[in-house]
Parts: sequence; C-alpha cells; structure tokens
Amino acid sequence: MARIIAGVTSSHVPAIGAAIDNHRTEEPYWKRVFSGFEKSKEWMAKTKPDVCIVVYNDHASAFSVEMVPTFALGCAAEFPPADEGWGPRPVPVVKGHPQLAAHIAQSVILDEFDLTVVNKMEVDHGLTVPMNLLFGSPNEWPCRVIPLAVNVVLYPPPTGHRCFMLGKAIRKAVQSYPEDLRVVVMGTGGMSHQISGPRAGLINSKFDKAFLDNLSKDPKKLMRMPHVEYMREAGAEGIEMVMWLVMRGALDDKVDEVYRFYTVPASNTAVGHIILENRVRGAKAAGKRRPTAGKLKRAAARAKTTIIRGQR
Amino acid sequence: MAREQHDYDDIPGTFVFDQERSRQGFGINMFCMSLMKDENRKAFKANEAEYLKKFNLTPEQTEAVLKRDYNRMLELGGNIYFTAKLGATDGHSFQHLAAVMTGSTQEGYAKMMLGGGRPVEGNRSKTGKGKPAKAGKAAKPRAKARSKSRSKRG
Repeated sequence: MARIIAGVTSSHVPAIGAAIDNHRTEEPYWKRVFSGFEKSKEWMAKTKPDVCIVVYNDHASAFSVEMVPTFALGCAAEFPPADEGWGPRPVPVVKGHPQLAAHIAQSVILDEFDLTVVNKMEVDHGLTVPMNLLFGSPNEWPCRVIPLAVNVVLYPPPTGHRCFMLGKAIRKAVQSYPEDLRVVVMGTGGMSHQISGPRAGLINSKFDKAFLDNLSKDPKKLMRMPHVEYMREAGAEGIEMVMWLVMRGALDDKVDEVYRFYTVPASNTAVGHIILENRVRGAKAAGKRRPTAGKLKRAAARAKTTIIRGQR
Repeated sequence: MAREQHDYDDIPGTFVFDQERSRQGFGINMFCMSLMKDENRKAFKANEAEYLKKFNLTPEQTEAVLKRDYNRMLELGGNIYFTAKLGATDGHSFQHLAAVMTGSTQEGYAKMMLGGGRPVEGNRSKTGKGKPAKAGKAAKPRAKARSKSRSKRG
C-alpha cells in the first residue's frame, strides 16, 4: 500500500533558480538562503521518497489567461521545464507517475474535487526551484513527481479550507493505491511577499512565523483564514500560502516538525521552509498500549502532562 | 459602470487581479504572453503602437503600455506575471519594475528588501478598518512607510 510519509513546504522564488543556474550560490547573499536547505537535502537523501506530489502554481508559463484551472493534476509521463522567456531552466525533465496520478484523479473526483486532468504540460520555476532546494542539481531527479498546479494568480484562489480538504482526499487516494510507495507531499510558494503595485516589497515576518507554528501544530486555525487576511498581512502574492494547506491536509493531524528555516529576503520574498513527518504508527509506543478515551480523560483530570505523553 | 468594491480594495497600493480585472485586461495579458516569442518581441520593438493594435486594447491600456506605466497596467487588468514579460522584453530585471511601481530607485528598493522589506505597519488599510489578525488593535500608521506605499490613484 502506498503511504504519505512526510510533508515539506518551500518558497519557490524564481531568483533562487537564477542563482543556481548562474552559479551564484556561493555569494554571501545567496549562501544565506541555500545554507538553510543543506539539512533538508540530507533529510531528503535519507528519506528517499518514491514519489513527490508537488503542489505549486504556474506563473503565466503553461497556463496563460486563456484557461485558468483551479486545480490541475499532472498525469503525464514527463513534464519538460518551461521556457519562461530566457530559455528553459537547465534542470532535468520531471518524470511523472501516470499510474498513481490516474488513481488520484479517479479517487478525488469521486470525492467531489473537480480536478482538471493535464496530460501535457511544461513546468516552470514554481515546481523546479523547490526541487533544486530539496534535491540539489542532479542529472536526473531521484524520484517521480506528480505536479498539482493550483490557481493563485487569478483571484479568487481556492479557499484554505478547500485546499486542506483536497489534501485529505489525496491522502485517501494514495492510501488506497496497491503498490508499496513512499510519498512526500510538497507545498510551495510564499511566504510573505508582494511583487505588484506601489506596496511591492511587503514582508511580514511575524505573520510568517505564526503561520509556520500553526501549520505544524494547529492547521485548523489556518483553514478558515479569509483571503483578504493573507493579502493584507502577507502581501498580494503571499496568498500562495493557501497551497501549503493541501500539503498539511494530506498529513496526519499530529505530526513531528523535524526542521524549519526562515530568512528574509530572497529577491522580493521571505523564504520559509518546514519539514513535517507523519508519526510512524506504533514505533514510539511499541510495547505500550494506547490508553482508551476513558482512561485518557481520567488521566487528564490527574495531570495534563500525562495526556500529552499518552498520545505520543 | 463603476468597479464593484471588495474587501481587498481597502489594501493600499494593491491592485488585486480579480475576475473583473481579468475580463478587462485580457488583451494586455495576451499581448504580454505573445512576448514569449522572439519574433514577436522584435515586431513589437519595431513598431510598438502598430503591434498593439492586434490585441484590442482600450486607448487607456495602449497608453499605459506605451508609457510603461506598470501600476496603471495593473489597475486596468494587467497581471504582474504577465507585465513582467514586457519588462523583460525591455531588458529590465524584476527589481527594476518593482522600483518603478513603488516610486523608488532600484538601489533604494534593493536596500529596503535587505533591511527586511516594507513593513506591514501602516500599510494594511486605506480606511484604517483593516486590523492585524492577532494583535487585536490596528497599529498606528507610520507616516514614512505610508508615503512609500501610497498609490497615485488610490
């Protein structure tokens, strides 16, 4: 059975891609950004997922204003890097997982998420920059990738609640796939940034840090955040962060935060990155039986610390 | 018909690319998209006004493009990911466009970003109605920050 083992979020600033492509990663400005992903690359190399589902947005590359799908699932066998005006990025072609993607489409559409199925698509920096940050610059990407493009360019994007629930539906789909696959879900974009209009350059670190805290421990708080709050507090383009909720919805309610990194700026943007792992069932509690609800209540009445330990 | 007002129209210095602007700005964005092809970039550069005729722009939109008035393009339905392609066609970096839109110099804008970016305090709301989500009360607008972000038309 396939299962989701972890979720990762990362900004997808195009200038990060340009710094990699132009060999500027050792410059102090960029080193500050890339050094924050060293541990993440180690984690990814150790975790070795078979498939990454990458939730990202297209930036007028594959989708112009002619067609704007809210959720578009990449079901193709491969996705070439898009030419964003300077020639395609020199990164490997992204290899898809058409069988799992087809299974996900079949499952989540019947779960009432009206996805657009995409069988031919190029992918831009929104997808390839996070791949570089997590996998470095190999000749071939070490895992299969299922792109999930979310519209966050044309207002309104899907709500945070909708994104979270789609994550849950994706999790259900993955768990019903018969092959033994280890799947990581990546949410990309953010954090606070505005690149348009006279307010461009807005950064709100306080908002970003609270968002990361809640994403890790209390994602339900984020589900109901109205779009205007994202835009007001985290910049017009900061609304990309709704995509992180797809990732979070695909994970267990309780997760372990294994790594976090935050820095300002990369170009016009605050960079945020977090790794959340689903807890391995029974591993920590091996030999210990989970207390029943009644026991938990009684324990809680005695001491709050007991209930916390009991749940782990 | 006057533009229908939305909660986000209260955010200063911001033109949200919504359904109405998308409808209105289809021509601007399709024009910008056409600049992804080298032959189109050359044709545009050879005779800008003539090239723009293919895209059914309004006179205001045409003027905004010819004058490279990036804020006006956004106000009339252009989207930043599209208009950035016009900037690239002119050989400008994105930070140059950001500086133009914010009425700053590229050096000044880059310095602001290195210093932690534009603060949200004083930049939340035109009317003072927008309050920080968790702090409970709205921060007092800082005069300096506000003058930076104020839109010429907003």
